[in-house]
Amino acid sequence: MLKYVFKVILALFAVLTLMPLYWIVVTAFQTPSVVLAFPPSLVPSPASWINFARLFNGSEIGTWMANSLIVTGTVTASNVLLGTLAGYTLAKKDFPGRQTIFWTVISLMFIPSQLTIIPLYALIVQLDWINTYQALIVPALIMPFSIFLMKQFLQTLPTELIEAARMDGCGEWGVFQRVILPLAKPGMGVLAIFTFMGVWNDFLWPLIVINQSSMLTLQVGLNSLQNQYYTDYGLLMAGAAVSALPMIAFFLVFQPYFVRSITIGAIKG
Amino acid sequence: MSLTRTIFKERWAYLFLLFPLLLFAVFNMLPMAATILLGFADYFPGGQPVWTGLENYAYALSDDLFWKALGITVLYTCGVVPASLLISLFLAYVIFGLKYAWAQVIFKSAFYLPVVTSGAILSLVWLWLFNPARGLLNYVLSFAGLGPYLWTSDPQMALPSLMFMAIMGGHGAAIVLLTAAMGGIPASYYEAARLDGAGPWRQYWKITLPLLRPTVLYLLVTSTIASFQVFTQVLMMTGGGPDYATTTLVYLIYTDAFEYFDFGKAAAEATLLSLSLAGIAVLQYKWLASDVEY
Repeated sequence: MLKYVFKVILALFAVLTLMPLYWIVVTAFQTPSVVLAFPPSLVPSPASWINFARLFNGSEIGTWMANSLIVTGTVTASNVLLGTLAGYTLAKKDFPGRQTIFWTVISLMFIPSQLTIIPLYALIVQLDWINTYQALIVPALIMPFSIFLMKQFLQTLPTELIEAARMDGCGEWGVFQRVILPLAKPGMGVLAIFTFMGVWNDFLWPLIVINQSSMLTLQVGLNSLQNQYYTDYGLLMAGAAVSALPMIAFFLVFQPYFVRSITIGAIKG
Repeated sequence: MSLTRTIFKERWAYLFLLFPLLLFAVFNMLPMAATILLGFADYFPGGQPVWTGLENYAYALSDDLFWKALGITVLYTCGVVPASLLISLFLAYVIFGLKYAWAQVIFKSAFYLPVVTSGAILSLVWLWLFNPARGLLNYVLSFAGLGPYLWTSDPQMALPSLMFMAIMGGHGAAIVLLTAAMGGIPASYYEAARLDGAGPWRQYWKITLPLLRPTVLYLLVTSTIASFQVFTQVLMMTGGGPDYATTTLVYLIYTDAFEYFDFGKAAAEATLLSLSLAGIAVLQYKWLASDVEY
């Protein structure tokens, strides 16, 4: 009996959790007059694309999305490559200073962003990088967590594989390219998802270093949309829907990788 | 073999690490050191830092708003973290007990969707749900004869509204971790308990929960740190108000630094925040990890 009560509560909770996302879709597809009506209509009838048309005419959301893609794509690619290279070095090479470097990376992981953001902003101003892609990309090219995750992942590979490749005449770069890279792919997939999600959803940093509309990322663009159209919920929900769609599609396609990225991220050092 | 020869032999290792370490030095370590130093100086962008000793700390610690922000942040964290953890533990338990693997996947995905949705998107839709005149929440509550409430516009309700929104949101990651940990508990433990006549409740209390302890500890520490740094919702939904009712620590640092450009005071506050975060993490580890052996 209790089992069924639990299952009903589970289903109810799932519905409540998804309700905000459903409400985005409902409101986005309503005509502005239906949005304003009270009591609210629980389905979008008549369904209309007019909010999306108003959104794309009245804002630079297409540009924001392109900006987000450029920044997130570059940062993700760079973290996967540099993280794998450094993670492999820390996992499989024995050299003076290895422990020190590894513990430095671990400690950097625990530094909250608030502790670096003020001088970092001053640095970006000095470099004249305000309102540029560099400001969003360069400080994030490699993050400590990327190295940590790849080190944990590559540690489990048998060292004999590397020695065998070296016997066959592979140079250092050859070992990395022909032996490590192919074997590291599952870990790299997890890291790519982790980085992509973190950078795509980042808010505080782009809010600080970008103030020109055509350079905003999607998240901060939504904030400026909110400031401009704060009572126009049809248009705002169309913006929310357009912004949520890529990430939700990405999640549904790579769902198993997401699950692994959460469990791997929680491995203790 | 001498040290220099070892270092030369392993030159590739240093080469592979050179670029990341250089970036860490410029974009992590130097700014961190600079924040700590700025806490002891008066500095506005474009000017020269003037050393003022402990003045910023004295100012921050005597500022009513700092203590208010700390209280609000603590209240938010103490409300959101335990409630979310208990709900996650319950949901993970029920999902793990589902017979079909596809049903487990569907529920896990459902609870994970709000996690992949950004804070900015969730802020927009919750503002709409909380809308006093035409929002869905007041409409639904009107059937129970309640409301209408002002939600985020009411100084008394603004913070609980943000807490409610947080509690309704992010269980996805916790559920995935907890169900994964539950899958790692050997079935023989439960069989032995059944033979000894233990019911489901006793099995959960005596076997599942103790063995989930490392996962619960991890979730507790990470979610406490995340709650302590709540920012996006505050900026987009309430702007710290009404009447400073939702001014959290990170929002206070943000306004001091990037609205009033008082970098010295903001740096002192950021240092205090980081020290509190480290303190909380250490305390939680001490408290929960002291007897993690069985």
